[in-house]
Amino acid sequence: MGIEFLIINTLVILLLIIASIVTVLLRDLLAATVALAAMSLLLSLEFFLLQAPDVAIAQAGVGACLTTAIIIIAIRGTKRMEDE
Amino acid sequence: MSEMTKIVKTTANILFPFTMIFGLYVIAHGHLTPGGGFQGGAIVVSGCALLLVAYGSSWVFDRIKDKRLAAFESLGAIGFITIAFLGLMFSAVFFGNFLAGSGSLFGTTPATGSTLADFNTGGVLPLMNFAVGVKVIAGLFVIVLVMAYASSTKEWG
Repeated sequence: MGIEFLIINTLVILLLIIASIVTVLLRDLLAATVALAAMSLLLSLEFFLLQAPDVAIAQAGVGACLTTAIIIIAIRGTKRMEDE
Repeated sequence: MSEMTKIVKTTANILFPFTMIFGLYVIAHGHLTPGGGFQGGAIVVSGCALLLVAYGSSWVFDRIKDKRLAAFESLGAIGFITIAFLGLMFSAVFFGNFLAGSGSLFGTTPATGSTLADFNTGGVLPLMNFAVGVKVIAGLFVIVLVMAYASSTKEWG
């Protein structure tokens, strides 16, 4: 574990926090879902950096793909309320 | 969900076989490489969800019934617990690995030292990975399918 690991790890964690804050702050639900998927993918990368490839595959499959698909399907069943 | 444009359909047609093969690879090599039944099943279901988004839920629902997927999920659970009880029968231990080192199906003793991965090892672990894979594919895909179909039609259920 050299200095490169430290730099990449810190960078991924910072991007993870930024993606989480963006997910909370966005008003558009679809954009927030995409930000959540990006956060999930970065979390998968972080799991891979911490030498847990098993958890990383599960996180990428379930968190980044299936959860996003289910949330997008749920959003399509709702109506937009822009004037609030 | 209604079906999408020809561009999305063509992209899904190209990407779907690769996703399926990668997922089935992760399931089949679960005892050698990272991953296993759950992870490979999630990858396969993500490919099926791609097909669902591209072609619409009614197109998929005409071809795959949710009752059949529920039967496959039960089949996976029954296969898993049957292999566990076979271990109790043949090696006197619940979940006993009675196929390892037997020389028959998945029973080759792995060579020592730095060699290439021998697929034909692991005993009952690949069979259990297949059972878990069938269960996870059916279970997760029936969630996505029924949710997409029920949100597209008002008079369902």
